[in-house]
Amino acid sequence: MRKEIQLPLTKEQAKTLKAGDMCFATGVLYTARDAAHKRMYDSLLNGEEIPISLEETALYYLGPTPAREGNVIGSAGPTTASRMDKYTPLLLGKGVSAVIGKGKRNEEVHRAIKEHGAVYFAAIGGAGALLSKCIKKAEVIAYDDLGTEAIRRLEVEQLPVVVIIDTMGNDYYEMVEKE
Amino acid sequence: MIREIDVKLLTEEISKLCIQATHFLSQDMVDAFQKAYEKERKPLAKEILSQLQENLSIAGEDMIPICQDTGMAVIFMEVGQDVHFVGGDLYEAINKGVAKGYTEGYLRKSVVEDPLLRVNTKDNTPAVIHYSVVPGDQVKITLAPKGFGSENMSKVYMLKPADGKEGVVNSILDAISAAGPNACPPLVIGAGLGGDFELAAKMAKHALTLPVEYHSPKEHIAEIEREVFEKANQLNIGPAGLGGDTTVLAVHIESFPTHIAGMPLAVNMCCHVNRHASVVI
Repeated sequence: MRKEIQLPLTKEQAKTLKAGDMCFATGVLYTARDAAHKRMYDSLLNGEEIPISLEETALYYLGPTPAREGNVIGSAGPTTASRMDKYTPLLLGKGVSAVIGKGKRNEEVHRAIKEHGAVYFAAIGGAGALLSKCIKKAEVIAYDDLGTEAIRRLEVEQLPVVVIIDTMGNDYYEMVEKE
Repeated sequence: MIREIDVKLLTEEISKLCIQATHFLSQDMVDAFQKAYEKERKPLAKEILSQLQENLSIAGEDMIPICQDTGMAVIFMEVGQDVHFVGGDLYEAINKGVAKGYTEGYLRKSVVEDPLLRVNTKDNTPAVIHYSVVPGDQVKITLAPKGFGSENMSKVYMLKPADGKEGVVNSILDAISAAGPNACPPLVIGAGLGGDFELAAKMAKHALTLPVEYHSPKEHIAEIEREVFEKANQLNIGPAGLGGDTTVLAVHIESFPTHIAGMPLAVNMCCHVNRHASVVI
């Protein structure tokens, strides 16, 4: 099914999404990939503050290319999500309601998604030029020293994403494999 | 007759290749997308292929890299044996070209200085450089920026001679299945068969730079390329891993003599953004 969704994604809206739904997402999300995940994770384990609120937050696994003059951002597609598997259950436990990446997730992430009523979406890998057109505003808000891996606040319009793991724990990649 | 080549020329050429390769695919890859689009039967897969084609157009027209992972710069240097490099250190000149291309071309700096300490070098250097010495007085530079979504799904198998052709086919298909949606299908598969452990891997990487329509001149190897192509496209992994007839766009195998006791096989995965650009000096 084709659906329009708002980011940040409320847990209420998350429940209405099913594995395989093609969604067009509009609103606010935050970029974080390997290094930003590790830093947030370590801070949380040490009981320290982190620079963004995770309550019903959407995270996009993205490290963009630098923006040319006049552009909001450079190429901006998803990176492989499984590298974030180690950190994801903790972040979901702190309230993250949507994560966007590409590729398979492990058992722990499946369990945590179900437990916390979150959704894992995939964006099209390798379509960074096309996806950059959906990003209307981008601003580095934390971990500036990480360069491309810094946390950015993005405002997006009609970002195309597919529900891979829904709140019930159904996995669209597994459904396709069984076809 | 020795021909002198100033390494500063290499810096300039490599810098241009970085920008070219990350914004434009070669025509054979563009054609492969169109062919796959025409053959694809699943509507969602067709839609994704068309978005990937649109992505290529936007990249070239607006000069936005095709993919945000503009890769680690892999460079194949075929150096004529009658060439004498002057004007500086060759290794430094090559890396200067990479730094210039990645900085001036607004490309992502994705290289860390140490695998464990992981501090970004901020100019995408150093490059991975493979040198070979060939007859003549020319230098051919092939630059292939390699993204790591697909690199991470690559594999080396130390097969036994008894595994035979079937073992080769099944191992490549296993690698493709294991990569699934992670390596950004539709994929281009580069395989290296024979040689030893590291030569197999190097051949696999080099195989990715071959034209889509190219097949091994050895008929029994070309047969494996065709068989893997057919079978991989029946795996229903499809574009973006969401199912469909288009799991691979091309399969290339390079081979080399090997030891009586072994049959090394390396499978280097490349996503649909199979980038490479060459220049002859």
